[in-house]
Amino acid sequence: MAEQVTKSRPTGAPLPANAEIAVIGAGVMGLALAYNLALLGVERVVVLDAHYLAWGASGRNGGGVRQQWSTEMNIRLMQESVELCAGFARELGINVWMRRGGYLFLARTAAARARLEKNVALQNRCDVPTRLVSPEDARAIVPELDVEGFEAACYNATDGIVFPWPFLWGYARAAGRRGVSIHTGTPVTAIEGAAGAFRLHTPKGILRAARVVCAAGAWSPEVALLADVALPDWPVRHEILSTEPLKPFLKPMVSVIESGLYFSQSLRGELVGGISMPEERGGAREIRLTSSLAFLQTMARALTEVMPVLAAVKVVRQWAGPYDMSPDGNPIVGEAPERPGFYVCCGFQGHGFMMAPVVARYYARALAGETPHTFFEAWRADRFTRSGPGPASGGERETMIIG
Amino acid sequence: MSRKVILCRCEDVTLADVEHAVAAGYADLEEIKRYTGFGTGPCQGKECLREVALAIAAAGARSPETIAPFTTRPPLVPTELGLLAGRAAPGKRRAGK
Repeated sequence: MAEQVTKSRPTGAPLPANAEIAVIGAGVMGLALAYNLALLGVERVVVLDAHYLAWGASGRNGGGVRQQWSTEMNIRLMQESVELCAGFARELGINVWMRRGGYLFLARTAAARARLEKNVALQNRCDVPTRLVSPEDARAIVPELDVEGFEAACYNATDGIVFPWPFLWGYARAAGRRGVSIHTGTPVTAIEGAAGAFRLHTPKGILRAARVVCAAGAWSPEVALLADVALPDWPVRHEILSTEPLKPFLKPMVSVIESGLYFSQSLRGELVGGISMPEERGGAREIRLTSSLAFLQTMARALTEVMPVLAAVKVVRQWAGPYDMSPDGNPIVGEAPERPGFYVCCGFQGHGFMMAPVVARYYARALAGETPHTFFEAWRADRFTRSGPGPASGGERETMIIG
Repeated sequence: MSRKVILCRCEDVTLADVEHAVAAGYADLEEIKRYTGFGTGPCQGKECLREVALAIAAAGARSPETIAPFTTRPPLVPTELGLLAGRAAPGKRRAGK
């Protein structure tokens, strides 16, 4: 089979001298942004990353794409993002192993049930066909579940899962074909200058850039600090595991509201999932990517409680990645108030991967001069410091943060 | 297509797959693990790591001494969830009953 191979990571290519827009971070957000900028005809876009593609959180997440949220902003954005995911293979010519088996949320308490009821009503108003279902109905969807002790569940059949890595290769390759220059293994060590003439120092030389976008996920605060921009987001380590491959049996992603347990079966057959580890929420500033036995035990107990048949299934691999948390549970986007020309796109609370296709689309349009999407106002970077009129926070707090 | 050389038996990754990944610009063992899926099956690279590293070197992407092994992920061997949970596996039986 003769296949056209385009180098998505030109090995050893020299760093260009100048960029119109330099994107720091070749995760899904940075690459999707670069691709969308190229689609809009923006020239001289350069993406820099300290590591290789999929090294960071974009290569470490569970691959869920859902429209079940508690705020209208996230519901509407994710409706569009799921459609972009569904068209990704056609648009970008790479298989992302998407499977729309739905998302099933289970609730143990009356309080969580009330939250789900409210969310389902809002989702239905936005034309997301989520249904509130009884625990028995949940077992009709997933017969292996032990639903004892559950109050309620909700199910949306149009949610799904993807295999995250091909998104990076797909965006990188398509961006590369449109002239974007992508440099992995190229950390930015210093940022000097100002709008119109930033100078980004790297081991491969200095890149001059008119504008800079920091899309480094949980690493964004340290990157922004190079430009003297203080960001309030912080990393929380989340662990995840993968089992041996099994015959396809599990249709939806299953998640338990109270524990933050989530698991799904990929198209490769393996179960992939994680759970909240409350002791990780200490607000440590350093990013740890180590694995723990405590997670394996906590996850194994929760998983075999909700689906006892899994006790005989073997774990083959565990790893960790950082959620990028913000003080009010909403992302941080737009121009940094203290540094004109320096833009941020971070604080996505562990769901940056699934939001990247749609966020990058509108972020690129705003950078290209179009009217910014309303999320730029709700999630603007100066909301944590700004006094005076206007909402003090990023709008309504999103409560459907899982894991 | 008569000479298909399998390097990773768990995930059916061939020599041609690795050469394709190198041609696409991937050179690190970590990147090629992700691009081809080699080393992500039950053996977690214990059987195939060396073979893939040699193939990367042979394809000219890296000299052998610059190819570092990928990060080893726990558990050391595939481990039953029931064991980790402190529960006995229900209806545990040998493969093939």
